[in-house]
Amino acid sequence: MIGVLALCAVISILVTVGIVVALMVPSLEFFTEVSPAEFFTTAKWAPLFKPAAFGVLPLITGTLNTTFWACTICLPLGLGTAIYLSEYARPRARAVIKPVLEVLAGIPTVVLGYFALTFLTPLLRSLGWQVEIFNAFSAGIIIGVLLLPTVASLSEDAMKAVPSSLREGSFGLGANRFQVSTRVVVPAAISGIAASFVLAISRAIGETTIVLIAAGQLAHVSFMPGDSVETMTAFIAATGAGDVPVGSISYKTIFAVGLTLFVITLLLNIVAIRMVRRFREVYE
Amino acid sequence: MNGPTRTASVHATRAVERSLAGRRHRSLAASVFLVYLLFSTLVGLVALFVLLFTILRDGLPYLDPTLLANAPSANPALAGARPAIIASVMIALVLIATALPIAIATAVYLEEFAPKDRWWIRLIELNIQNLAAIPSIIFGILGLAFLVRGLGLGPVLLAGALILGLQMLPTVIISAREALRAVPDSVRQGGMALGATRLQVVWREVLPAAIPGIATGSILGLSRAIGETAPLLMVGAATFVSYNPGLLTQYTVLPILIYQWIKLPQADFQGLAAAAIIVLLAILITMNGFAIWMRNRYERKW
Repeated sequence: MIGVLALCAVISILVTVGIVVALMVPSLEFFTEVSPAEFFTTAKWAPLFKPAAFGVLPLITGTLNTTFWACTICLPLGLGTAIYLSEYARPRARAVIKPVLEVLAGIPTVVLGYFALTFLTPLLRSLGWQVEIFNAFSAGIIIGVLLLPTVASLSEDAMKAVPSSLREGSFGLGANRFQVSTRVVVPAAISGIAASFVLAISRAIGETTIVLIAAGQLAHVSFMPGDSVETMTAFIAATGAGDVPVGSISYKTIFAVGLTLFVITLLLNIVAIRMVRRFREVYE
Repeated sequence: MNGPTRTASVHATRAVERSLAGRRHRSLAASVFLVYLLFSTLVGLVALFVLLFTILRDGLPYLDPTLLANAPSANPALAGARPAIIASVMIALVLIATALPIAIATAVYLEEFAPKDRWWIRLIELNIQNLAAIPSIIFGILGLAFLVRGLGLGPVLLAGALILGLQMLPTVIISAREALRAVPDSVRQGGMALGATRLQVVWREVLPAAIPGIATGSILGLSRAIGETAPLLMVGAATFVSYNPGLLTQYTVLPILIYQWIKLPQADFQGLAAAAIIVLLAILITMNGFAIWMRNRYERKW
């Protein structure tokens, strides 16, 4: 019986091994046909055209573009929400706000994509900003809204883990709530807060559906918020959903881009997991 | 810190603050900071409100029995979401039968039986934490390479369900472990003192006590899987399906159908997409509401 339970635990390892194998094998074949130098350093991405070009930089800058705008929303506002919930809100306000934020975090991404495309983009245009129909800004802002509750909840957990004695000592010395929050609680919880930031960046990079719907599929190097861009995830999803012949070079690009995405998010996740460990060790 | 102590310390803090309030003036920085906090909190709440309002405004005119009863069609007046709704429900059932038991068994093993100080147990734990944060599209690539192409399953419902199951594992494992951890050790020690084996204690005492927490986490994991779009695009769910799906037939699910309707140029399909979103949100909110109700109703304080 215990053996069966242990076997289930091993499945999760097999999933990771499966992901690595699924990404590595076609990627290695890809890199025998396209040199890594061309892939990582050139800025023309046209894998489905003839003549094909395989410079991944436009997809990476596209991803950075949407991720940047997501971060301008979810990092400062997520942290602000966390400080409010942890240090300022009365229990009754918390009891209302927390479930509402949980609902927001549970909204499917396809719904948020619809919202970005049919509400936010037309709103920007009616305000006089001539963004393209598909643009990095709308997609990024809505990804930020999606991740705001995640940052808020993880940062709040980190602040809640700060012992009350630190706050009480500070209040006892005459500090006000603002001073206690900014000079005692936030510094004491900083590694947990930083972990929530890193995790949010990783999630923003990996978000697919919202960018696929609202950011477009135009692979070019652009840091303009109003431009249409293609992210790594949007390329993978759009190409994977199409009819690409198995074994062709276009098919293998899915895996090469997937491997790039996997390595980037893996590194960020490891950083985040280590940071969380650190704040747990200090106070438990 | 436990409840009563925390409440007491909050009261003490408030009392000290009140006594100091007369002598302390609010600085400008403190006021600006409070405005920032309130603004931050409001953004999330207002965004959700505007989102729901927009969806209802766009979708309600298109929400009619045709949407639930008909199959997708090129004619917006006849188009419905029935095969997609059925497929979403079937996927939920497959997940309940496959991924949930595996996730709960993993959680029970790691929490109750595993030798915690061994390196390979730590590796499994680290691996689960990392899997929870891997982009969903990567799971789609896994499904494309192994299930659809490798095993030759093709773009069938079972392949999609299995991929969502693998993706769901870490979330459910993590929440089930928290639920098991919340059961105090005195329960285990009491059972063992009466001569029960470790397995009997877990099966008859710990697991029943943890069930509300496990169920809540499972439902939340399920509702995330039901709303997922990206990985299913990779395993071929984006086909035009006008018949009721089976386990080994092609299929489309509600989020994918919504995605396809959004992409169509006619305004009527945008409205249909919004109406289908209302159906999807109704399903998810019912599931989440049930999970929250269960958490409040059955959760035990130790």
